[in-house]
Amino acid sequence: MEITRPTSLSEALDARAQDPGADLLAGGTDLMVEVNFGLAKPEHVIALRRIDEIGEVEDRRIGAGVTWARLEESDHRALAQLSRTVGSPQIRAAGTIGGNIGTASPAGDGLPWLAAVDAEIEVASQARGTRRLRWDEFFTGVKRNALEPDEVIVAAVLPERVPSNQHFAKIGQRSAMVISTVSAVVVRDDDGSVRVALGSVAPTPIRALAAEQLINENPQPTDEVLAEFARTVSAEVTPITDHRSTESYRRHAAGVLARRLLERCLAS
Amino acid sequence: MIVSFTVNGEERIANVSGPESLLTVLREELGLPGSKNACEQGECGSCAVVLDGAVVTSCLVMAADCEGSEVTTVEGIGSDRELHAVQQALLDHGAVQCGFCTPGFVVTAAHLFEENPHPSSDEIKEALSGNICRCTGYGAIARALEELAEGTA
Repeated sequence: MEITRPTSLSEALDARAQDPGADLLAGGTDLMVEVNFGLAKPEHVIALRRIDEIGEVEDRRIGAGVTWARLEESDHRALAQLSRTVGSPQIRAAGTIGGNIGTASPAGDGLPWLAAVDAEIEVASQARGTRRLRWDEFFTGVKRNALEPDEVIVAAVLPERVPSNQHFAKIGQRSAMVISTVSAVVVRDDDGSVRVALGSVAPTPIRALAAEQLINENPQPTDEVLAEFARTVSAEVTPITDHRSTESYRRHAAGVLARRLLERCLAS
Repeated sequence: MIVSFTVNGEERIANVSGPESLLTVLREELGLPGSKNACEQGECGSCAVVLDGAVVTSCLVMAADCEGSEVTTVEGIGSDRELHAVQQALLDHGAVQCGFCTPGFVVTAAHLFEENPHPSSDEIKEALSGNICRCTGYGAIARALEELAEGTA
């Protein structure tokens, strides 16, 4: 196996250009599980953790190399909340948001938040420079994304306004060190409009647009509207049955979680 | 390839051929079997080491990416003559059953106490939430570390 350890983004892009498809290694918390279980046999690894320029949080940019441990301190409440639920402290010290984006697991803890705030994913290549994709352009399927073989994920870029009223929750089989059965983020803007994003209930993170519409038309929802909101979320998700849960439970839990988070937003 | 890094304060060189983990190299190349191999997916914490100032699961660290890094394993905590305060506290409270998870708990707790000499009970539990004890001996571990935090151990 060959390893390249770039200390700048341009060196990393160089390496990717010379060997498109070389495996990118960030915190290692996904790739090394596959290595340990014999599911991945990388021939050329480009290790990204020495690249300072992708390891910073600036105003509207979260560098791909920023760890969950740092995001636990984020000013964005739901991002901080979800970061505290990623794996364990040891995992959070290593794992990065860029790795989460690159792995593109349906259960990726950070992804519903990116969907809820309408983040863009910034990627770069030596040949074509930088481009930004909306989150729903970037995530294309189960562990699939729109990253080209010569590109590197640089940052998540947030819109100019991110409402501060936002909540995250996830359900799993225990309360720590768990891959989510269902996760959800609800963001409520000052005008009462909401955005509702869910994870682990579709091949990619999704937004529950019909449920959002219902609340946007009823910004002070009654109990009846809240019940309808939960039913709408449950109807919008497309979960599967697997070793972690069933389709029907996930559908039910998605509605319950989204309603609970919306009520927290309304009470904030 | 040759990877040079610092382990427990000593410059070490490992011959790494593939994507194997730091845990594998510590145990099989460097003669440091204190870090335990159990889940190989970062879930149990028995392989915890300090890597460049943070506690991580060494099973999920690619050894080839450790060039220039500083690693502390359980072998680097305390000495034969003098145990680390965390080790002494665990000993005093009989907080070891089968002992398999103990190295991971020691590494994680020792790092916690270095960063925060008087952690609260919640902070102790949070810091250790990635370390699993298959004997379920958490009560004694928590009591030992709580007393150490209060300075009464």
